[in-house]
Parts: sequence; C-alpha cells; structure tokens
Amino acid sequence: MKNNNKNIVICGVGGQGIILASNVLCYTAFLEGYDVKKSEVHGMAQRGGSVITHVRFGKKIYSPLIEKGGADFILAFEKLEALRYADYLDKNGVIIVNNREIVPVSVLVGSEKYPVDINKKLKRYRKAYLVDAEDTARSLKNFRVVNIILLGFLARFLKFKRQSWYESIKKYVKQKFVDLNIEAFNQGISLNR
Amino acid sequence: MKTLLLGNEAVARGAWEGGCNVATAYPGTPSTEILENINRYSEIYTEWSVNEKVALEVAAGACFVGARVLVAMKHVGLNVAADPMFSMGYSGVTGGFIIVSADDPGMWSSQNEQDNRYYARHAKIAVLEPSDSNEAKLFTVLGFEISEKLDTPILLRLTTRICHSLGVVELGKRKEHNVGAYVRDTKKRLLLPIHARLRHIIVEKRLQKLKSYSDRFKYNRIEWGGKKLGIITSGIAYQYAREVFPEASFLKLSLTFPLPEKLIKRFSRAVKKIIVVEEGEPIIENELKAMGIKVIGKEKIPICGELTPEIIRDSFAEKKRSYPKKKMPLRPPVLCPGCPHRGVFYIINKLKLTATGDIGCYTLGALPPLNAMDTCICMGASVTNAQGLERAGGREFSKKVVAVIGDSTFFHSGITGLVNAVYNKANLNLLILDNSTTAMTGHQPHPGTGKLAKGSAGKRVLPEEIVRGCGVEMVRIGDPNNLKETETLIKEAVNFDGVSVIVFRRPCALLVKPSQPYWIDPEKCIGCQLCLKIGCPAIGLKFPDDREKPLAVIDEVLCVGCGLCVQVCPRDAITNKR
Repeated sequence: MKNNNKNIVICGVGGQGIILASNVLCYTAFLEGYDVKKSEVHGMAQRGGSVITHVRFGKKIYSPLIEKGGADFILAFEKLEALRYADYLDKNGVIIVNNREIVPVSVLVGSEKYPVDINKKLKRYRKAYLVDAEDTARSLKNFRVVNIILLGFLARFLKFKRQSWYESIKKYVKQKFVDLNIEAFNQGISLNR
Repeated sequence: MKTLLLGNEAVARGAWEGGCNVATAYPGTPSTEILENINRYSEIYTEWSVNEKVALEVAAGACFVGARVLVAMKHVGLNVAADPMFSMGYSGVTGGFIIVSADDPGMWSSQNEQDNRYYARHAKIAVLEPSDSNEAKLFTVLGFEISEKLDTPILLRLTTRICHSLGVVELGKRKEHNVGAYVRDTKKRLLLPIHARLRHIIVEKRLQKLKSYSDRFKYNRIEWGGKKLGIITSGIAYQYAREVFPEASFLKLSLTFPLPEKLIKRFSRAVKKIIVVEEGEPIIENELKAMGIKVIGKEKIPICGELTPEIIRDSFAEKKRSYPKKKMPLRPPVLCPGCPHRGVFYIINKLKLTATGDIGCYTLGALPPLNAMDTCICMGASVTNAQGLERAGGREFSKKVVAVIGDSTFFHSGITGLVNAVYNKANLNLLILDNSTTAMTGHQPHPGTGKLAKGSAGKRVLPEEIVRGCGVEMVRIGDPNNLKETETLIKEAVNFDGVSVIVFRRPCALLVKPSQPYWIDPEKCIGCQLCLKIGCPAIGLKFPDDREKPLAVIDEVLCVGCGLCVQVCPRDAITNKR
C-alpha cells in the first residue's frame, strides 16, 4: 500500500466544504500528471455528520480507500474529527488540524462529553499543526473559505506548482468567488505554523 | 483526452458517448449524480420521474420505439421498479436498455444492504460490474451494445464506493443512435400468458448465449501473477484485493451474470488455492461451488457491511491489528440549522405523539433530543403504517398517532396509501413536510416544484390539490417555523374524525439565504436549556468564568437566523439585535 503513493485523509463535519477541498486537491494532483483516486460520502452522512474523504495519488492507484496507519497527511477541519480519524495516520505522517470545535448534538443533549484536553491529545502526534483558519476567514469576511485556507496550509507540504492549484480552484469554485478563494489559498500557505 | 470523474459522472458520460436517447431516474443516494450529470447533455431527454417504477416504465416505452435508454436508481429503488424489470427481462429490448442499480454496502444512506446482483439472476438479465470510474463509463457504452446484440436489459451494478469515488477516465466521442420508427411487436411486448410462455423459452436460450458471450468478453480477464494463490473478484473488491494480495493471480470479473464458466475453470486449474473476494453476498462463491470448484470466501470475509482493504487483510491475517479504543462522542447527522422540519418534530415530541416516519432528511427527526419518530420502513410507509396502527390499536390510540412524510416522498408513493385510507374510512393524520425540494439527495425538483430535470418550467402539481382530489375532508396549510400555529393545527388534526392532512410548507434551509444570526444575552439567559430541546446544532453550552451553571450560546458561523429558538426561550434572551 505504501510505495511512492501519497495518501491524504481530509475529515471534518458535513457542511464544512470538505468535498470541494478534496476535489481541488485531486484535480491539482491530476494536472501534475498523477493517477488519482478519491472516495467521499454523500447523502445522509453529509447532514452535519462526521465526514471523511480519502485522497490517493501516485503512479498507479488501485484502492480509493486508505488503510489505517497509511495516511501521509490528515487534514482535519475540526478537532474532534481529527482525533476520530487519527488512526489513519502513518507513524511519520503529518496531521494538520483546524483549531475549531463544533460540538456534536450528542454532547449538547448531555449524553456525551467533548474531550476537554483535546489540544494536548492532538499535540501528542509527532508532526501536528494546529491552524486558526476561522480567524483568517473572518479577516476575509467569509467563513465559507475555511476549506481553501486549510488546503493552502497543506499545499506547502506538497510539491505542486502554484499554477496547478489556481487552475484547479478555478475549475471547482464559482466564477465570482475565484479571486476570494485564491486569496484564501495564499493566506493558507503563509499561515503561521 | 483524460479527466477526473466520479463513478456516477462517468456513467453519465458513458450514456452520452453510447448514444443514449432517453434517461430517467428517481433520486436516491448513491445514484443521484448519474441523472444530474446526464442533464448536462442536450442530446438526451431526461426526467426525474416520480418513482423508480415509473422511471423504468417510461424508459421501457422509449425502448419499444428503439431508443437507447438508461434508468438509474438506488438499490432499494429497484424493489419499487422490480415489477416492470421482471417483465422487461422476458420482453427483451428494441433499443439498448440499461438499468443502473447503485447498491449501498455499509448503509451509508440506506435502510438495508441488499445485494442486487441477486435480482439480475432472478430476472434473468445480464450484469455488468465496473470496478472504477473508467470502467463505469466504458461498461455503460458497451452495455447498450450488449443489450441490443443479445436482446436483454443490462443491470449495471454499482456500489457506493464506485459511485462516489473519483478516478481518471479516458473520454471518447458520442456515437449517435438513430431511434427509428415504432414497429408493433405484440409477441414480444404484450405479455399475455400465451406470449409470455414463448418468451420464457427464448429467455432460457438467451442465457445460454450470454454465457458463451461472458466467456469471450474481454473485460472478464486473467491477470497472471504467482500460481500459489488465485483471486476471483469483481467490482470495487477487485481494487482492494489488488492492494492486499500483490503476488497473486487475478481473475477479474466484469460481466458477472452469467459467469464465464470456461474461463473460471481454466483459471482454477492453473492456481493452487482460490479466494473469492466479493462484497456483500456470496453470489460468485456459491456459483463456483456449484461448478465443483473449491474456494475460500465468506467463511473468512464478512457478509455484513462494506469491505475495505483493511478488512480483507485482517480476514486472512493471523493476528488482527488492533487500535486502542478511544472514548469520544459520536457525530451522527442532524437536521441542519434553520431546517423547517424542526418545528414539527419539536411539537410531536412535546405532545408525546406516536409518529410513523418515512424516508428523507426528516428521518433525522428520530434522533435525540427530538425523538419524534417511531417507524421508518420504506418510501411511503408512513401513511399506510399509521392506518395499520389505527386498525389494530383503535380510534382512541389513533388520536395520538401522526404520519410524517416529505413532499418528494409523498409524490413517490404516499398518494396510493392516502387513497387507501380515505376509501377504507380510516382515521389518519398525515403531516406533509413540504420543503419544496428533494433535499436529502441534493435538491432535485419534483412535481410540487413545477421545475423539470433540466431546469425549465413544467406543470406544478400541489400536494394539497392531490389531497383534496383523494377525498380528504380536512386539509390545512401551516408554517412549521411558527410553533404556536403548528401545535394548534396538529391538535386539531388528531381530534378530527376521518382523514386529515396538514401541509407544513417552508423551503429547505439550504436553499434560503441566511438571515442575521441570533445571539443569546448572557445577562438574561438563566441556563434553563429549553432552547437545547429543539436540537439545533448551532446552539451549545458554555461555562462563563464567573458562574457555576452553563449558559446557552449560539455559534455565529452555523446560525442561519430562523428564529425558532426565540419562540422557546422563557426569558426573551435570544435576539438578533446587538
């Protein structure tokens, strides 16, 4: 499963723009000449539920699913979801986590508890980054671009041309939001670690 | 040229390249994007039919004229369309006929994980099983050709991980298919017993021809590796097995009914041990065993749930890998902030009613804290189940029962149940949650919206007009975001003798521009938590530094400003003014 293929898990809460972000990532890898596969979840699972997409690229990809312990990167849009899918991380993998808590209804109704020391738990991973994407989004006056800001942060670890990313954003984002999203992407790349 | 496509997009592209003339569907995860993407092609007539049976029959009619047709649905949709599918199995085709069944192993968005490869065997029609997006496109194009050549409908069987996986696809050009003129052929299409008896004989002969075609079909292929282990597999399981058994030889099956018996026997003679890797039921496995071939299959690989490379690996590992169990809250899907269904479920819960439910976003009303649904069986069953509850439970009990159905589901299969209730003099209270779209599957139009599949105007059919036409005497329209009105209407309905229908109408929150978010004044909030009872994901609790009791807070990113919570706050602490 390992060889030279890259495996990236993108996870978070339904409605955070995870599928769009993973589409942009996939198409960028495709433009760079790789075989690409991705698996995503639609329907019931999207309504504010826990969402995971698997992205794989390399010379030849068979399975669209990543095995546990096989992800080179986890890009998590929410902290609890980062923890939920952390088993996918390779021991040398990088985990990038949006510094955001979305409390599940199971916690709101009091039947369960949101982990209190979650930042500490996440920092236990060797290469963990906690990113304040919502702050950047607020400065851009649009919370919808959190996904592209985070993708920008991931981009600095991948050796893709900036132009490929832009072309890919143009393909998946509505015309009138392209400039905003490219700005969001650039801010994501230069965000503090 | 190559591009990246989802499996469903690839089927749509294949329909276009393969000269498809007519495509029909009813939305259902994981099949929905097939028709959504065919809608982009002007050469193909498309429609969202009101249900899968209707979709398949419209497609069959077009096929009679000679059109190449495709009908798409989710696995349980084929239960609804099974009647015409079986008959078309006998009747055969004029233009190429593809039935797409998108199965949902793992039940990501379904009520069961039935394996529709059984259906094809039952209806005696051929099955094609792609294993990635490229094959999904290719097999759709080939499907039309095979269908016409061998006079059989084709079941193109997909699964969630094919439908919703992205992959590289080689694109081709469209080959136009000339529909021609209608030619009468009653022996083929008028299935009176006298004709059907002859058709059955033809169907059996067709199966023999299909079998030898399957042996020659080049995508039923052997990929030689080591001879110690041979893997026989199909669909997405092929991709997983390639990861797990890199040294083995593979027999990759694509036309999986009828199976290529000669090819299978050749392969099995050449390898020492055979493992059948298939997701779901042991269908290939059992047929191989019937051929007298010794194989390992479901004694190792699970029947329940979807497969993953990991599950297959663990099935044959001496020691399963284990991961430390983490205790953490689950995050099931919820009704969106601002969802117009929330108000109705809040009242159902408040009045402690028994609610028979149905299939759609509103099934989420079953989850805590709303807990406002008792049953969910299949499309349309809310209406009929409620009637049965009354017939067995009595009139007094029925005053505590409501049936809850969505607008799209009502058109799909709620109407027949309603007519039945009126005719049989039932006491039934039906709540139609009309958000003016098919929301769960991504907002497809239906008769109540008056929009057609490609966006142009159709004829609008209003649920309340149908309801009155069915003979319902008490019909009301309500706004579910007005809790007082909602409660009054429901109380009136349950006490009405006969059939009552309330249409609760308000558009899906995802289709409405969000209003100014609300916030909760910490000076006024007393921490009573009544606002949490509406189950809105935008409302949570926070411990202020100086207090012991948590106060309610609204997440400004999630709140869309629907104002439902304002109506339950006893202290007027919730406001959209700063």
